[in-house]
Amino acid sequence: MDVAFIVETVVKIVVILLVFSALAGFGTYFERKVLAFMQRRLGPMHVGPYGLLQVAADGIKLFTKEDIIPQNVVKPIFKLAPVITAATAFMAAAAIPFWPEFTVFGYTVHPIVSDINIGILYVMAVMAIGLYGPLLGGMASANKFSLISAARSAAVFISYEVITGLALLAPLMMVGSLSLIDINNYQVGGISNWIAFSQPVAFILFWIAAFAETGRTPFHLVANDHEIIDGFGTEYSGMRWGLFFIGEYANMFFISFVMAIIFLGGYGDGSIAGAFGLLMKVAFFFFFFLWTRAAWPDIRPDQLMWLCWKVLMPIAVLNVVITGIVILIKTQGGM
Amino acid sequence: MFEAIAFYLFAALTIGMFTITVMTSQALYALTAMAAGMIFISAFFFMLGADFLGVVQIIVYTGAVMALYAFGMMFFDTTRTLVEKRENPRIIFLLGVIAATLVVFIMISPIISSNIEAHYPIDATVGNSQAIGYVLFTKYLVPFEVAAVMLLVAMVAGIVLAGKKMDKSLTLMAEEEIALMSATQTKPHDEEGAH
Repeated sequence: MDVAFIVETVVKIVVILLVFSALAGFGTYFERKVLAFMQRRLGPMHVGPYGLLQVAADGIKLFTKEDIIPQNVVKPIFKLAPVITAATAFMAAAAIPFWPEFTVFGYTVHPIVSDINIGILYVMAVMAIGLYGPLLGGMASANKFSLISAARSAAVFISYEVITGLALLAPLMMVGSLSLIDINNYQVGGISNWIAFSQPVAFILFWIAAFAETGRTPFHLVANDHEIIDGFGTEYSGMRWGLFFIGEYANMFFISFVMAIIFLGGYGDGSIAGAFGLLMKVAFFFFFFLWTRAAWPDIRPDQLMWLCWKVLMPIAVLNVVITGIVILIKTQGGM
Repeated sequence: MFEAIAFYLFAALTIGMFTITVMTSQALYALTAMAAGMIFISAFFFMLGADFLGVVQIIVYTGAVMALYAFGMMFFDTTRTLVEKRENPRIIFLLGVIAATLVVFIMISPIISSNIEAHYPIDATVGNSQAIGYVLFTKYLVPFEVAAVMLLVAMVAGIVLAGKKMDKSLTLMAEEEIALMSATQTKPHDEEGAH
Protein backbone atom coordinates (compact mmCIF):
# COMPACT_ATOMS: atom_id res chain seq x y z
CA MET A 1 0.00 0.00 0.00
CA ASP A 2 1.41 3.35 -0.85
CA VAL A 3 1.79 6.17 1.63
CA ALA A 4 -0.43 8.58 -0.28
CA PHE A 5 -3.39 6.24 0.07
CA ILE A 6 -2.91 5.86 3.82
CA VAL A 7 -2.50 9.59 4.35
CA GLU A 8 -5.54 10.33 2.19
CA THR A 9 -7.70 7.83 4.09
CA VAL A 10 -6.63 9.15 7.49
CA VAL A 11 -7.29 12.73 6.40
CA LYS A 12 -10.74 11.75 5.10
CA ILE A 13 -11.61 9.97 8.36
CA VAL A 14 -10.49 12.94 10.46
CA VAL A 15 -12.40 15.41 8.27
CA ILE A 16 -15.61 13.36 8.47
CA LEU A 17 -15.25 12.99 12.25
CA LEU A 18 -14.67 16.70 12.81
CA VAL A 19 -17.31 17.95 10.36
CA PHE A 20 -20.06 15.68 11.60
CA SER A 21 -19.26 16.09 15.30
CA ALA A 22 -19.56 19.83 14.76
CA LEU A 23 -22.70 19.37 12.64
CA ALA A 24 -24.21 17.21 15.37
CA GLY A 25 -23.69 20.14 17.73
CA PHE A 26 -25.23 22.58 15.29
CA GLY A 27 -28.02 20.08 14.71
CA THR A 28 -29.20 20.68 18.26
CA TYR A 29 -29.18 24.44 17.58
CA PHE A 30 -31.20 24.02 14.37
CA GLU A 31 -33.60 21.73 16.16
CA ARG A 32 -34.22 24.21 18.96
CA LYS A 33 -34.64 27.10 16.55
CA VAL A 34 -36.97 25.25 14.18
CA LEU A 35 -39.09 23.90 17.03
CA ALA A 36 -39.18 27.37 18.57
CA PHE A 37 -40.41 29.04 15.38
CA MET A 38 -43.04 26.37 14.85
CA GLN A 39 -44.25 26.91 18.41
CA ARG A 40 -44.11 30.73 18.16
CA ARG A 41 -41.12 31.11 20.48
CA LEU A 42 -37.69 32.55 19.86
CA GLY A 43 -35.54 29.61 20.98
CA PRO A 44 -31.99 30.23 22.20
CA MET A 45 -31.24 33.95 21.96
CA HIS A 46 -28.89 34.92 24.79
CA VAL A 47 -25.50 33.35 23.99
CA GLY A 48 -24.04 35.21 21.01
CA PRO A 49 -25.99 36.70 18.09
CA TYR A 50 -29.30 34.85 17.70
CA GLY A 51 -28.02 32.33 20.22
CA LEU A 52 -25.47 30.97 17.75
CA LEU A 53 -22.86 30.36 20.45
CA GLN A 54 -25.33 28.22 22.41
CA VAL A 55 -23.66 25.20 20.79
CA ALA A 56 -20.30 26.17 22.30
CA ALA A 57 -21.90 26.80 25.67
CA ASP A 58 -23.57 23.38 25.58
CA GLY A 59 -20.29 21.77 24.58
CA ILE A 60 -18.38 23.39 27.46
CA LYS A 61 -21.14 22.36 29.85
CA LEU A 62 -21.06 18.72 28.70
CA PHE A 63 -17.26 18.49 28.77
CA THR A 64 -16.83 20.00 32.21
CA LYS A 65 -19.73 18.24 33.94
CA GLU A 66 -18.87 15.62 36.52
CA ASP A 67 -18.92 12.10 35.09
CA ILE A 68 -21.17 10.29 37.54
CA ILE A 69 -21.25 6.50 37.54
CA PRO A 70 -23.97 5.29 39.91
CA GLN A 71 -23.22 2.60 42.47
CA ASN A 72 -25.24 -0.37 41.24
CA VAL A 73 -24.61 -0.14 37.51
CA VAL A 74 -22.61 -2.73 35.57
CA LYS A 75 -19.64 -0.44 35.14
CA PRO A 76 -17.81 -1.66 31.97
CA ILE A 77 -21.04 -1.99 29.99
CA PHE A 78 -22.37 1.29 31.32
CA LYS A 79 -19.19 3.04 30.17
CA LEU A 80 -19.14 1.25 26.81
CA ALA A 81 -22.72 1.93 25.72
CA PRO A 82 -22.42 5.61 24.66
CA VAL A 83 -19.22 4.83 22.76
CA ILE A 84 -21.06 2.17 20.73
CA THR A 85 -23.73 4.64 19.64
CA ALA A 86 -21.27 7.36 18.65
CA ALA A 87 -18.66 5.05 17.10
CA THR A 88 -21.05 3.02 14.95
CA ALA A 89 -22.68 6.21 13.66
CA PHE A 90 -19.32 7.37 12.32
CA MET A 91 -18.25 3.90 11.17
CA ALA A 92 -21.35 3.75 9.00
CA ALA A 93 -20.18 6.92 7.27
CA ALA A 94 -17.19 5.05 5.81
CA ALA A 95 -19.20 3.87 2.79
CA ILE A 96 -21.19 7.04 2.10
CA PRO A 97 -20.04 9.30 -0.77
CA PHE A 98 -20.47 12.81 0.61
CA TRP A 99 -19.43 14.75 -2.47
CA PRO A 100 -18.61 13.88 -6.10
CA GLU A 101 -14.94 13.31 -6.76
CA PHE A 102 -12.90 16.42 -7.43
CA THR A 103 -9.32 17.36 -8.30
CA VAL A 104 -7.05 19.45 -6.09
CA PHE A 105 -3.60 20.34 -7.45
CA GLY A 106 -3.81 17.48 -9.93
CA TYR A 107 -4.72 14.95 -7.25
CA THR A 108 -8.14 13.33 -7.58
CA VAL A 109 -9.97 13.03 -4.30
CA HIS A 110 -12.79 10.52 -3.80
CA PRO A 111 -14.80 11.85 -0.86
CA ILE A 112 -15.69 8.37 0.36
CA VAL A 113 -13.50 6.55 2.87
CA SER A 114 -13.93 3.15 1.28
CA ASP A 115 -15.96 2.35 -1.85
CA ILE A 116 -16.76 -1.26 -0.99
CA ASN A 117 -19.05 -3.00 -3.46
CA ILE A 118 -21.67 -3.73 -0.79
CA GLY A 119 -21.81 -0.11 0.45
CA ILE A 120 -25.46 0.30 1.34
CA LEU A 121 -25.65 -3.05 3.11
CA TYR A 122 -22.63 -2.11 5.21
CA VAL A 123 -24.11 1.27 6.12
CA MET A 124 -27.41 -0.24 7.24
CA ALA A 125 -25.69 -3.07 9.18
CA VAL A 126 -23.39 -0.76 11.11
CA MET A 127 -26.19 1.72 11.80
CA ALA A 128 -28.20 -1.18 13.20
CA ILE A 129 -25.42 -2.00 15.68
CA GLY A 130 -25.88 1.56 16.95
CA LEU A 131 -29.08 0.45 18.69
CA TYR A 132 -26.91 -1.63 21.04
CA GLY A 133 -26.00 1.68 22.70
CA PRO A 134 -29.47 2.38 24.12
CA LEU A 135 -29.99 -1.34 24.77
CA LEU A 136 -26.80 -1.84 26.78
CA GLY A 137 -27.01 1.55 28.48
CA GLY A 138 -30.55 0.77 29.54
CA MET A 139 -29.78 -2.74 30.76
CA ALA A 140 -26.63 -1.77 32.66
CA SER A 141 -28.15 1.25 34.40
CA ALA A 142 -29.96 -0.59 37.23
CA ASN A 143 -32.86 1.79 36.73
CA LYS A 144 -36.41 0.73 35.90
CA PHE A 145 -37.00 3.50 33.39
CA SER A 146 -33.75 2.60 31.66
CA LEU A 147 -34.73 -1.06 31.56
CA ILE A 148 -38.09 -0.21 29.97
CA SER A 149 -36.20 1.86 27.43
CA ALA A 150 -33.85 -1.07 26.70
CA ALA A 151 -36.82 -3.39 26.14
CA ARG A 152 -38.34 -0.83 23.82
CA SER A 153 -35.15 -0.43 21.83
CA ALA A 154 -35.11 -4.20 21.24
CA ALA A 155 -38.74 -3.95 20.09
CA VAL A 156 -37.96 -1.01 17.80
CA PHE A 157 -35.01 -2.88 16.35
CA ILE A 158 -36.93 -6.01 15.39
CA SER A 159 -39.70 -3.85 13.93
CA TYR A 160 -37.94 -1.41 11.65
CA GLU A 161 -35.09 -3.64 10.44
CA VAL A 162 -37.42 -5.72 8.25
CA ILE A 163 -38.95 -2.62 6.68
CA THR A 164 -35.58 -1.05 5.83
CA GLY A 165 -34.36 -4.26 4.25
CA LEU A 166 -37.46 -4.96 2.18
CA ALA A 167 -37.89 -1.32 1.16
CA LEU A 168 -34.28 -1.18 -0.05
CA LEU A 169 -34.61 -4.43 -1.94
CA ALA A 170 -36.86 -3.03 -4.68
CA PRO A 171 -34.56 -0.14 -5.76
CA LEU A 172 -31.55 -2.43 -5.47
CA MET A 173 -33.22 -4.87 -7.85
CA MET A 174 -33.52 -2.07 -10.40
CA VAL A 175 -29.94 -0.83 -9.98
CA GLY A 176 -28.34 -4.25 -9.68
CA SER A 177 -25.56 -3.06 -7.37
CA LEU A 178 -25.13 -2.42 -3.66
CA SER A 179 -22.57 0.36 -4.05
CA LEU A 180 -23.91 3.83 -3.25
CA ILE A 181 -21.82 5.29 -6.09
CA ASP A 182 -23.42 2.90 -8.60
CA ILE A 183 -26.85 3.78 -7.21
CA ASN A 184 -26.01 7.45 -7.68
CA ASN A 185 -24.77 6.92 -11.23
CA TYR A 186 -27.95 5.01 -12.11
CA GLN A 187 -29.94 8.23 -11.58
CA VAL A 188 -27.52 10.52 -13.35
CA GLY A 189 -29.88 11.55 -16.20
CA GLY A 190 -31.83 14.17 -14.28
CA ILE A 191 -34.80 14.57 -12.00
CA SER A 192 -37.01 12.19 -14.00
CA ASN A 193 -34.49 9.39 -13.40
CA TRP A 194 -34.71 9.63 -9.61
CA ILE A 195 -35.64 6.35 -7.99
CA ALA A 196 -38.14 8.20 -5.81
CA PHE A 197 -40.40 8.44 -8.89
CA SER A 198 -40.06 4.85 -10.06
CA GLN A 199 -40.17 3.46 -6.48
CA PRO A 200 -42.40 5.88 -4.53
CA VAL A 201 -43.63 3.14 -2.16
CA ALA A 202 -40.12 2.03 -1.26
CA PHE A 203 -39.14 5.68 -0.75
CA ILE A 204 -41.95 6.35 1.73
CA LEU A 205 -41.38 3.06 3.57
CA PHE A 206 -37.64 3.70 3.91
CA TRP A 207 -38.35 7.22 5.06
CA ILE A 208 -40.70 5.95 7.78
CA ALA A 209 -38.18 3.32 8.85
CA ALA A 210 -35.48 6.02 9.02
CA PHE A 211 -37.49 7.70 11.77
CA ALA A 212 -37.48 4.46 13.75
CA GLU A 213 -33.81 3.89 13.02
CA THR A 214 -32.75 7.28 14.38
CA GLY A 215 -35.39 7.25 17.13
CA ARG A 216 -36.99 10.49 16.02
CA THR A 217 -40.32 11.73 17.16
CA PRO A 218 -43.18 9.61 16.02
CA PHE A 219 -41.02 6.66 17.11
CA HIS A 220 -39.17 8.38 19.93
CA LEU A 221 -40.37 5.77 22.41
CA VAL A 222 -36.86 4.69 23.42
CA ALA A 223 -36.31 7.91 25.34
CA ASN A 224 -39.71 9.47 25.73
CA ASP A 225 -39.25 12.30 28.23
CA HIS A 226 -42.87 12.39 29.36
CA GLU A 227 -43.23 8.74 30.29
CA ILE A 228 -39.81 7.20 30.99
CA ILE A 229 -37.73 10.31 31.89
CA ASP A 230 -34.79 10.03 29.47
CA GLY A 231 -34.98 6.25 29.03
CA PHE A 232 -31.51 4.79 28.63
CA GLY A 233 -29.99 8.22 29.29
CA THR A 234 -31.53 8.66 32.74
CA GLU A 235 -28.41 7.66 34.70
CA TYR A 236 -25.91 9.27 32.34
CA SER A 237 -24.29 12.65 32.82
CA GLY A 238 -21.72 14.83 31.16
CA MET A 239 -19.94 13.71 28.01
CA ARG A 240 -21.20 10.11 28.18
CA TRP A 241 -24.70 11.43 27.66
CA GLY A 242 -23.23 13.82 25.09
CA LEU A 243 -21.88 10.86 23.09
CA PHE A 244 -25.40 9.41 22.83
CA PHE A 245 -26.48 12.79 21.55
CA ILE A 246 -23.69 13.10 18.99
CA GLY A 247 -24.45 9.56 17.79
CA GLU A 248 -28.14 10.33 17.36
CA TYR A 249 -27.58 13.55 15.42
CA ALA A 250 -24.75 12.14 13.31
CA ASN A 251 -27.06 9.23 12.47
CA MET A 252 -29.75 11.70 11.36
CA PHE A 253 -27.29 13.35 8.98
CA PHE A 254 -25.96 10.06 7.62
CA ILE A 255 -29.39 8.54 7.03
CA SER A 256 -30.35 11.81 5.28
CA PHE A 257 -27.35 11.35 2.98
CA VAL A 258 -28.33 7.73 2.34
CA MET A 259 -31.92 8.67 1.48
CA ALA A 260 -30.81 11.53 -0.75
CA ILE A 261 -28.37 9.28 -2.63
CA ILE A 262 -30.65 6.26 -3.04
CA PHE A 263 -33.94 7.93 -3.80
CA LEU A 264 -33.34 11.56 -4.81
CA GLY A 265 -30.50 11.26 -7.28
CA GLY A 266 -27.60 11.97 -4.93
CA TYR A 267 -25.02 14.35 -6.39
CA GLY A 268 -26.19 13.70 -9.95
CA ASP A 269 -23.55 14.03 -12.66
CA GLY A 270 -20.90 15.22 -10.22
CA SER A 271 -20.93 18.92 -11.14
CA ILE A 272 -20.74 21.60 -8.47
CA ALA A 273 -24.48 22.21 -8.85
CA GLY A 274 -25.13 18.52 -8.27
CA ALA A 275 -22.96 18.50 -5.17
CA PHE A 276 -24.76 21.47 -3.67
CA GLY A 277 -28.03 19.83 -4.70
CA LEU A 278 -27.06 16.84 -2.55
CA LEU A 279 -26.45 19.14 0.40
CA MET A 280 -29.84 20.80 -0.17
CA LYS A 281 -31.56 17.39 -0.21
CA VAL A 282 -29.79 16.39 3.00
CA ALA A 283 -30.81 19.68 4.58
CA PHE A 284 -34.41 19.04 3.52
CA PHE A 285 -34.44 15.56 5.07
CA PHE A 286 -32.86 16.90 8.26
CA PHE A 287 -35.42 19.69 8.40
CA PHE A 288 -38.18 17.13 7.87
CA PHE A 289 -36.99 15.24 10.99
CA LEU A 290 -37.39 18.45 13.02
CA TRP A 291 -40.68 19.38 11.33
CA THR A 292 -42.19 16.01 12.23
CA ARG A 293 -41.08 16.44 15.81
CA ALA A 294 -42.99 19.71 16.01
CA ALA A 295 -46.08 18.38 14.25
CA TRP A 296 -46.62 14.81 15.41
CA PRO A 297 -47.39 13.15 18.74
CA ASP A 298 -45.41 10.13 19.90
CA ILE A 299 -46.86 6.68 19.44
CA ARG A 300 -46.84 3.71 21.80
CA PRO A 301 -44.46 0.74 21.35
CA ASP A 302 -47.31 -1.63 20.46
CA GLN A 303 -48.52 0.85 17.83
CA LEU A 304 -45.05 0.94 16.29
CA MET A 305 -44.92 -2.86 16.12
CA TRP A 306 -48.44 -2.99 14.70
CA LEU A 307 -47.51 -0.40 12.08
CA CYS A 308 -44.28 -2.12 11.07
CA TRP A 309 -45.40 -5.73 11.00
CA LYS A 310 -49.05 -5.52 9.98
CA VAL A 311 -49.10 -2.49 7.67
CA LEU A 312 -45.67 -1.64 6.32
CA MET A 313 -44.22 -5.13 5.92
CA PRO A 314 -47.01 -6.49 3.65
CA ILE A 315 -46.79 -3.31 1.55
CA ALA A 316 -43.02 -3.73 1.29
CA VAL A 317 -43.31 -7.39 0.26
CA LEU A 318 -45.94 -6.54 -2.36
CA ASN A 319 -43.69 -3.77 -3.65
CA VAL A 320 -40.79 -6.21 -4.03
CA VAL A 321 -42.96 -8.79 -5.84
CA ILE A 322 -44.44 -6.22 -8.23
CA THR A 323 -41.00 -4.73 -8.93
CA GLY A 324 -39.71 -8.22 -9.71
CA ILE A 325 -42.55 -8.93 -12.13
CA VAL A 326 -42.13 -5.59 -13.90
CA ILE A 327 -38.36 -6.06 -14.27
CA LEU A 328 -38.93 -9.58 -15.59
CA ILE A 329 -41.47 -8.40 -18.18
CA LYS A 330 -39.18 -5.55 -19.26
CA THR A 331 -36.14 -7.78 -19.75
CA GLN A 332 -38.20 -10.45 -21.53
CA GLY A 333 -39.66 -7.79 -23.84
CA GLY A 334 -36.20 -6.49 -24.64
CA MET A 335 -34.91 -9.92 -25.60
CA MET B 1 1.59 -6.60 6.39
CA PHE B 2 -1.70 -4.87 7.20
CA GLU B 3 -3.58 -8.09 6.66
CA ALA B 4 -1.34 -9.95 9.09
CA ILE B 5 -1.76 -7.28 11.74
CA ALA B 6 -5.52 -7.19 11.20
CA PHE B 7 -5.74 -10.99 11.31
CA TYR B 8 -3.88 -11.34 14.61
CA LEU B 9 -5.70 -8.37 16.11
CA PHE B 10 -9.13 -9.71 15.27
CA ALA B 11 -8.18 -13.28 16.15
CA ALA B 12 -7.11 -12.14 19.61
CA LEU B 13 -10.21 -10.00 20.00
CA THR B 14 -12.55 -12.78 18.91
CA ILE B 15 -10.97 -15.37 21.17
CA GLY B 16 -10.94 -12.91 24.05
CA MET B 17 -14.59 -12.05 23.58
CA PHE B 18 -15.76 -15.65 23.41
CA THR B 19 -13.61 -16.50 26.45
CA ILE B 20 -15.48 -13.82 28.38
CA THR B 21 -18.77 -15.24 27.06
CA VAL B 22 -17.95 -18.66 28.48
CA MET B 23 -16.14 -17.71 31.67
CA THR B 24 -18.22 -14.89 33.09
CA SER B 25 -21.10 -15.40 35.50
CA GLN B 26 -22.75 -12.11 34.58
CA ALA B 27 -25.45 -12.41 31.93
CA LEU B 28 -24.89 -8.92 30.56
CA TYR B 29 -21.14 -9.46 30.09
CA ALA B 30 -21.73 -12.79 28.38
CA LEU B 31 -24.28 -11.38 25.94
CA THR B 32 -22.28 -8.26 25.14
CA ALA B 33 -19.06 -10.20 24.65
CA MET B 34 -20.88 -12.63 22.36
CA ALA B 35 -22.32 -9.81 20.26
CA ALA B 36 -18.86 -8.25 20.00
CA GLY B 37 -17.25 -11.59 19.13
CA MET B 38 -19.80 -12.27 16.39
CA ILE B 39 -19.18 -8.83 14.91
CA PHE B 40 -15.38 -9.28 15.09
CA ILE B 41 -15.73 -12.54 13.15
CA SER B 42 -17.05 -10.53 10.19
CA ALA B 43 -13.55 -8.99 9.94
CA PHE B 44 -12.22 -12.37 8.74
CA PHE B 45 -14.78 -12.45 5.95
CA PHE B 46 -13.72 -8.95 4.89
CA MET B 47 -10.05 -9.99 4.93
CA LEU B 48 -10.84 -12.99 2.73
CA GLY B 49 -12.60 -10.75 0.22
CA ALA B 50 -16.07 -12.05 1.08
CA ASP B 51 -17.59 -8.63 1.75
CA PHE B 52 -21.17 -9.79 1.33
CA LEU B 53 -20.85 -12.62 3.85
CA GLY B 54 -19.10 -10.28 6.29
CA VAL B 55 -21.98 -7.81 6.25
CA VAL B 56 -24.53 -10.61 6.44
CA GLN B 57 -22.67 -11.90 9.51
CA ILE B 58 -23.07 -8.45 11.13
CA ILE B 59 -26.74 -8.08 10.18
CA VAL B 60 -27.81 -11.57 11.23
CA TYR B 61 -25.97 -11.66 14.54
CA THR B 62 -26.89 -8.10 15.54
CA GLY B 63 -30.52 -9.12 15.33
CA ALA B 64 -30.08 -12.60 16.75
CA VAL B 65 -28.13 -11.49 19.83
CA MET B 66 -30.60 -8.66 20.27
CA ALA B 67 -33.30 -11.32 20.72
CA LEU B 68 -31.08 -13.07 23.31
CA TYR B 69 -30.84 -9.80 25.21
CA ALA B 70 -34.61 -9.63 25.26
CA PHE B 71 -34.75 -13.12 26.79
CA GLY B 72 -32.06 -12.15 29.30
CA MET B 73 -34.13 -9.15 30.26
CA MET B 74 -37.16 -11.32 30.86
CA PHE B 75 -35.50 -14.09 32.88
CA PHE B 76 -32.65 -12.51 34.89
CA ASP B 77 -31.75 -9.40 36.72
CA THR B 78 -28.93 -8.74 34.29
CA THR B 79 -27.11 -6.35 36.61
CA ARG B 80 -26.40 -9.11 39.17
CA THR B 81 -23.94 -11.98 38.91
CA LEU B 82 -25.48 -15.39 38.54
CA VAL B 83 -24.54 -18.22 40.87
CA GLU B 84 -24.16 -21.28 38.70
CA LYS B 85 -24.86 -24.75 40.07
CA ARG B 86 -22.01 -27.10 39.18
CA GLU B 87 -22.71 -30.56 40.52
CA ASN B 88 -19.77 -32.38 38.99
CA PRO B 89 -17.00 -30.10 37.71
CA ARG B 90 -14.89 -33.08 36.59
CA ILE B 91 -17.42 -34.27 34.03
CA ILE B 92 -17.76 -30.73 32.70
CA PHE B 93 -13.98 -30.49 32.37
CA LEU B 94 -13.73 -33.88 30.68
CA LEU B 95 -16.52 -33.12 28.20
CA GLY B 96 -14.98 -29.73 27.50
CA VAL B 97 -11.59 -31.24 26.71
CA ILE B 98 -13.11 -33.91 24.46
CA ALA B 99 -15.16 -31.35 22.56
CA ALA B 100 -12.17 -29.03 22.12
CA THR B 101 -9.91 -31.84 20.88
CA LEU B 102 -12.57 -32.96 18.44
CA VAL B 103 -13.02 -29.45 17.03
CA VAL B 104 -9.25 -29.00 16.64
CA PHE B 105 -8.99 -32.39 14.94
CA ILE B 106 -11.84 -31.66 12.54
CA MET B 107 -10.40 -28.26 11.64
CA ILE B 108 -6.83 -29.43 11.25
CA SER B 109 -7.30 -32.65 9.28
CA PRO B 110 -7.91 -31.02 5.86
CA ILE B 111 -4.93 -28.71 6.48
CA ILE B 112 -2.63 -31.67 7.29
CA SER B 113 -3.69 -33.63 4.24
CA SER B 114 -3.45 -30.33 2.27
CA ASN B 115 -6.83 -31.03 0.77
CA ILE B 116 -8.18 -27.48 0.81
CA GLU B 117 -9.12 -25.84 -2.44
CA ALA B 118 -11.75 -23.26 -3.29
CA HIS B 119 -14.73 -24.73 -5.12
CA TYR B 120 -15.73 -21.26 -6.21
CA PRO B 121 -12.62 -19.05 -6.30
CA ILE B 122 -13.11 -15.30 -6.30
CA ASP B 123 -14.04 -14.15 -9.77
CA ALA B 124 -12.95 -10.59 -10.38
CA THR B 125 -15.45 -10.08 -13.22
CA VAL B 126 -18.48 -10.90 -11.07
CA GLY B 127 -19.32 -8.96 -7.93
CA ASN B 128 -19.31 -10.59 -4.53
CA SER B 129 -23.06 -10.64 -3.98
CA GLN B 130 -23.72 -11.78 -7.57
CA ALA B 131 -21.30 -14.70 -7.14
CA ILE B 132 -23.13 -15.84 -4.01
CA GLY B 133 -26.45 -15.46 -5.81
CA TYR B 134 -25.31 -17.65 -8.71
CA VAL B 135 -24.11 -20.43 -6.40
CA LEU B 136 -27.11 -20.20 -4.12
CA PHE B 137 -29.70 -20.31 -6.89
CA THR B 138 -28.06 -22.96 -9.06
CA LYS B 139 -26.02 -25.56 -7.23
CA TYR B 140 -27.50 -25.12 -3.75
CA LEU B 141 -31.06 -24.32 -4.82
CA VAL B 142 -32.64 -27.31 -3.07
CA PRO B 143 -30.95 -26.81 0.34
CA PHE B 144 -31.76 -23.12 0.05
CA GLU B 145 -35.45 -23.79 -0.60
CA VAL B 146 -35.58 -26.44 2.15
CA ALA B 147 -34.10 -23.93 4.60
CA ALA B 148 -36.71 -21.40 3.49
CA VAL B 149 -39.54 -23.89 4.07
CA MET B 150 -38.12 -24.78 7.50
CA LEU B 151 -38.03 -21.12 8.46
CA LEU B 152 -41.60 -20.73 7.27
CA VAL B 153 -42.68 -23.71 9.39
CA ALA B 154 -40.89 -22.23 12.40
CA MET B 155 -42.55 -18.88 11.81
CA VAL B 156 -46.03 -20.38 11.55
CA ALA B 157 -45.39 -22.43 14.69
CA GLY B 158 -44.21 -19.34 16.53
CA ILE B 159 -47.32 -17.42 15.53
CA VAL B 160 -49.56 -20.32 16.58
CA LEU B 161 -47.83 -20.61 19.96
CA ALA B 162 -47.73 -16.91 20.71
CA GLY B 163 -50.82 -15.62 18.97
CA LYS B 164 -53.63 -17.03 21.09
CA LYS B 165 -54.87 -13.63 22.23
CA MET B 166 -53.69 -11.50 19.35
CA ASP B 167 -57.13 -9.98 18.78
CA LYS B 168 -57.05 -8.47 22.28
CA SER B 169 -54.68 -5.71 23.31
CA LEU B 170 -53.96 -5.36 27.01
CA THR B 171 -52.78 -1.80 26.42
CA LEU B 172 -56.19 -0.72 25.13
CA MET B 173 -58.27 -2.49 27.81
CA ALA B 174 -59.49 -0.91 31.05
CA GLU B 175 -58.24 -2.30 34.36
CA GLU B 176 -61.63 -3.91 35.12
CA GLU B 177 -61.70 -5.72 31.79
CA ILE B 178 -58.24 -7.17 32.41
CA ALA B 179 -59.23 -8.27 35.93
CA LEU B 180 -62.39 -9.86 34.51
CA MET B 181 -60.43 -11.64 31.78
CA SER B 182 -57.82 -13.07 34.14
CA ALA B 183 -60.59 -14.14 36.57
CA THR B 184 -62.48 -16.08 33.88
CA GLN B 185 -59.25 -17.66 32.75
CA THR B 186 -58.09 -18.96 36.13
CA LYS B 187 -61.54 -20.34 37.02
CA PRO B 188 -61.81 -23.29 34.63
CA HIS B 189 -58.19 -24.11 35.42
CA ASP B 190 -59.05 -24.45 39.13
CA GLU B 191 -62.00 -26.70 38.34
CA GLU B 192 -59.72 -28.92 36.33
CA GLY B 193 -57.42 -29.20 39.31
CA ALA B 194 -60.34 -30.28 41.50
CA HIS B 195 -61.20 -33.23 39.26
